[in-house]
Amino acid sequence: MMPLLTLEAASRTYRTRHGLFGKPSDVRAVDRVSLEVAPGRTLGIVGESGCGKSTTGRLALGLETPDAGSVRFRNTAMPPQGSAEWPALRRHMQLVFQDPLGAMDRRLTIAAQIAEPLHIHNIGSPAERAERVAALLRDVGLRPDQAARHPHELSGGQRQRAVLARALATDPALLVCDEPISALDVSIQAQIVNMLADLQAARGIAILFISHDLKVIRQISHDIAVMYLGRVVERGDPDTIFAAPIHPYTKALVSAVPTPGPRRRERIVLTGEPPNPADRPTGCAFHPRCPAAMALCRAEDPPAVTLPDGREVACHLALTPDRIAA
Amino acid sequence: MSQPLVAISGLTVAFNGVPALRGIDLEVGPGEAVGLVGESGSGKSVTWLAALGLLPETARVAGSVRLGGEELLGAPPARLDTIRGGRVAMIFQDPASALNPVHRIGKQIGEALRLHRGLTGAAARAETIRLLEQVGIPDPARRIDIFPHEMSGGQNQRVMIAMALAGQPELLIADEPTTALDATIQAQILDLLSRLRAETGMALVLISHDLGVVADLCDRVGVMYAGRIVEQAAAATLFAHPAHPYTAGLLAALPDMDGPRRRLEAIPGFVPEPWAMPPGCAFAPRCAFATADCAAATPASAEITPAHHVACLHPARSTPAAHPARNLHP
Repeated sequence: MMPLLTLEAASRTYRTRHGLFGKPSDVRAVDRVSLEVAPGRTLGIVGESGCGKSTTGRLALGLETPDAGSVRFRNTAMPPQGSAEWPALRRHMQLVFQDPLGAMDRRLTIAAQIAEPLHIHNIGSPAERAERVAALLRDVGLRPDQAARHPHELSGGQRQRAVLARALATDPALLVCDEPISALDVSIQAQIVNMLADLQAARGIAILFISHDLKVIRQISHDIAVMYLGRVVERGDPDTIFAAPIHPYTKALVSAVPTPGPRRRERIVLTGEPPNPADRPTGCAFHPRCPAAMALCRAEDPPAVTLPDGREVACHLALTPDRIAA
Repeated sequence: MSQPLVAISGLTVAFNGVPALRGIDLEVGPGEAVGLVGESGSGKSVTWLAALGLLPETARVAGSVRLGGEELLGAPPARLDTIRGGRVAMIFQDPASALNPVHRIGKQIGEALRLHRGLTGAAARAETIRLLEQVGIPDPARRIDIFPHEMSGGQNQRVMIAMALAGQPELLIADEPTTALDATIQAQILDLLSRLRAETGMALVLISHDLGVVADLCDRVGVMYAGRIVEQAAAATLFAHPAHPYTAGLLAALPDMDGPRRRLEAIPGFVPEPWAMPPGCAFAPRCAFATADCAAATPASAEITPAHHVACLHPARSTPAAHPARNLHP
């Protein structure tokens, strides 16, 4: 099947300067990232703060333009912002953030906010719009009487449902969800995760799901990409990757997931912290923290290679499988 | 348990007449690690803020909190000042806002050493360096003079832990200590807390919304809901045989890291607001097992098996062969 969204070696670099007279330095927020999202499928992007997962989401939406590589939606390059094609594209892709209160207008009722995209994109007559808003409320599990409420009158979970209803109003083909459930309580998280799965099944919507939570990523994704300091270090089927991670960073992440009940594998505690993206280590960016680093890792950035099981790994050790530390 | 280090009984807290805690009974033994889990507003933090006299004056606190036999509720402020940071230390989720941004970290740790151990000058500096080393700050002799903003969130949390250790506490209360941290840094801090407990023999109360984090570190776990502890047991028992439908529901709502994927069993509805508590058991409106009796009166906590306490009229019976969390809501 033709992918809906394709990132091909997309990079995004920001120029920063330390102090007024400091030497400008380049921060590679996203570095040669290649990803595909198929229609009706979910790609999960997982990584820690500063790994470039949110910038990747913004590239996918066309809100950022890559400095190198390409981003294509339905096999067409993203139109520049402000062009005639730009508003039409917005209709087909929508964004959901972590903080629903910040994403909503506090003065408008829930119904008015859900109807707004219909006005902007000139969809339907007023009567049809009202009907559509009622249907959307139902789809996300809100009661008809909640349509007249304001955001502050709803709970966090209900607000995130309203934000989803608004995102779905234009019937988009792609939904980019950036940490959509991180601010919610555990019992509410499960409600939203189930609802996203149901909406996807009913509408055939594709989802780019960005999260730091490996358990949620595994639950919701058909494919996953693990990012570290702007690069995708491991990509493929979530069951394959989480059951037997190959990249040492993925191994550490998977081992560090706190699970209730007896510990199934030894926790790998990495030394140090993710380096500053402006001060990127030479070679493989992970080598200063990697328990298996060798001389080559300090010198050369590993290329991404596809293994026989279909996953892609960017690690020198993956090229010499017998040397992968257990 | 022999003589408990801390014994909380019948602790209630109300803000402007609205109850936040509705009768907490909890004991922490010397050197024991106790986890408190619950969702936002369940009262897990308020319990310890009340116990240490850290709530604003508008809060009405009643009941009893005894530290090694000494009553803390209503104790004079001067007495509480020596206990807080001394026998009992507390760390929070956001170390950056708990540290003073305009003072060097060494000075902030030194202040705790002066107040609680009377150390000053060279002795205080040497002890500060030792503490920083103990919490895993690299090159402590040089880092002692830097400011909080020069460090990452993980390192600031290490400094907070060093400050907590300065008073040689018998009990460390860690309130969501890793919630704001990245996964690999969370693993480091959990590792550190567990090592420090082994080194110092201090007791630990870990407050978290994350059952996994609590499972990792604690001997015993209490589950809180709407201002009460609804279930309390040894960690292994609680996670293998949850008896309260809320505990079982929380476990079933978590996605697995291995095995086949199943639909998550979400708990329907949401946590009741403190000013609109349902009658009887606060969880009843969301509970699949609720009967008319549940709304009649708040269920008392009962010991269903040794050291396993549940406040529920219809607790699940232990079924060692099956996973009760899966079977509760078919």
